[in-house]
Amino acid sequence: MTLFLMGIFILACKKDMVLKDNPVIDGIGKFLGFQKPANFPEPVYNFANNKITKEGFELGRALFYEPRLSRNNTITCGSCHIQSSAFTQHGHDVSHGIDDRLGTRNSPPIMNLAWNKSFMWGGGIYDLDLQPIAPITTHEEMDEKLENVFNKLRQLPKYTEMFKRAFGTEEISTARFMKALSQFMLMCVSSNSKYDKVMRKEGNAVFTAEEQEGYTLFKQKCASCHSEPLFTDGAFRNNGLGPSPINDQGLYLATLISTDKYKFKVPSLRNLRYTAPYMHDGRFLSLGGVLEHYNSEVQATANLDPLLLQGDRRGIALTENDKTKLTAFLSTLNDEEFINNKLLSEQ
Amino acid sequence: MNNIKNFKWVLLGGIFLILSACSKKEEAAPEFVATNLAPFSVEFDNIVGERTFSINNTGSLYTNAGGEKFSISFLQYFISNIKVATASGQEYTVKQDDSYFLINGADKTTRFAKVNVPEGDYTRLTFTVGVDSLRSTMPVEKRTGILDPAYGGGHDSGGMYWGWQNGYIFFKFEGNSAVISDDQNGDPSGKKQFKYHIGGFGGYNAPTLNNLRTVTVDLKAAGIAKVRKDRQSNVHLFVDLMKVFNGKNAFSIAAHPNVMFGDFSANIANNLSEMFRHDHTEN
Repeated sequence: MTLFLMGIFILACKKDMVLKDNPVIDGIGKFLGFQKPANFPEPVYNFANNKITKEGFELGRALFYEPRLSRNNTITCGSCHIQSSAFTQHGHDVSHGIDDRLGTRNSPPIMNLAWNKSFMWGGGIYDLDLQPIAPITTHEEMDEKLENVFNKLRQLPKYTEMFKRAFGTEEISTARFMKALSQFMLMCVSSNSKYDKVMRKEGNAVFTAEEQEGYTLFKQKCASCHSEPLFTDGAFRNNGLGPSPINDQGLYLATLISTDKYKFKVPSLRNLRYTAPYMHDGRFLSLGGVLEHYNSEVQATANLDPLLLQGDRRGIALTENDKTKLTAFLSTLNDEEFINNKLLSEQ
Repeated sequence: MNNIKNFKWVLLGGIFLILSACSKKEEAAPEFVATNLAPFSVEFDNIVGERTFSINNTGSLYTNAGGEKFSISFLQYFISNIKVATASGQEYTVKQDDSYFLINGADKTTRFAKVNVPEGDYTRLTFTVGVDSLRSTMPVEKRTGILDPAYGGGHDSGGMYWGWQNGYIFFKFEGNSAVISDDQNGDPSGKKQFKYHIGGFGGYNAPTLNNLRTVTVDLKAAGIAKVRKDRQSNVHLFVDLMKVFNGKNAFSIAAHPNVMFGDFSANIANNLSEMFRHDHTEN
């Protein structure tokens, strides 16, 4: 038993050690691959089926920033998923794609996807390796056919070389293309916010009194859906937004189950400083708008989440003081290292 | 003299042929051994009611039971999971990796589903219209050939992959009819197009719309399949596209010119299983 406990301690120490090898600093010299942060749970992505290598990751990164993925070679994944905005499209309520076409939903962040069980605001996609097909082929986004993308890439020695380095031969197939993109996206791990450092007791990181009070409030009022440490439970819920002018019914469109109407995926609360506007259709321009929604604007639409109904009161009661404290806590979830990580930038 | 000699040979040959034909019919079914595989095919011969199937038949329109005239511009569907059974109840399921076929109405060479099954006399054939849920949830490297999401170009062409749900369109049928309105309920582009894209494999992790249909064909009436190594047994099915409109869940093109992923699609899926009729078997 003692031996067993010691084993756990040794393992725990080892994990911490690995984490301190920061990919931002060390990544330039040596590629560390996917590192599970010590304060995160086990990832859900099946890494056994797509082992992350330096070559695969680099290919994925090149593809992520490759305009040939779009019909007229103008739009890259990075166009709507901008690193400095935590891989969202800052300032756009709904995504702005090819030929200035507009989508119907807000670009979600490419962040901590290894822990995601589903990949769209309205569900439907449950395998990261198959997700990129949606934006590439969608009329309002990249509007291109996969075969055309592959044919364009096959003309370029840069890519035939990179595919060969990553997968052994120059062949460009759907599976290789998707797996390389997954390798890049899986490496977009945001785990170095102040919150993370406090939780991991790194350096002298501690919350201020206000942040700590905000954290306590957060745990009382928000954490049942935005559960730590990813700050989402990954579920689909109706948070009481009034239906949008296009009456987007969310998860229902993918399942046709009436109890799924108006349910959207619970987003993470990490990096909110960089990811405004908020909600599936980007209707709130500021965090203040979001908090006031929960305080007083929650509507009794079909399938409203029961957690937003306390007796007769809809929503979550928040005083101005509560909001200030919560905002202070939420700002500890911003991860500057993530948005500045050169490893994840266009090279 | 020569002629008479030749005639004799022809006669002899003829008798021999007749005899051998008879002997074929009386031949007992070989012992069922799952590894003793021989070629077998199912032919999906598209028809439309009492007429042959043709693409872009704008000069000679088809008419459904509701009197609506229409032409066909596109037809493609998946057939999978082929299974055969003998009269004594021995069943054989074709190896899953070899059991997916995409029948394209515009390309006659695609009308055969060619597989291998053990030598035997089969009285029943079973297959799925669509791509089963197991295959629809497989990782990307298992999706090759006709199941490759890149296959057939995009959605506007022959592509059958639904990127937003990782699954496939099972049955894609498009055409034109003058009865279709030019407004939002019809075809606002004014082209009077109908589009039926039927899919839905039942959901990844929670049960959702399942439009997979299993079709079982009794081969006894129109000819059992005698599968042997030295010949090609072919079950010839008629696939009557008119049943899309005239099946148990008959509907009007004007009322439902576009059916894709929605509750109504289940009605059409039910009609699809009525399309298949065994005409004869070539042994």
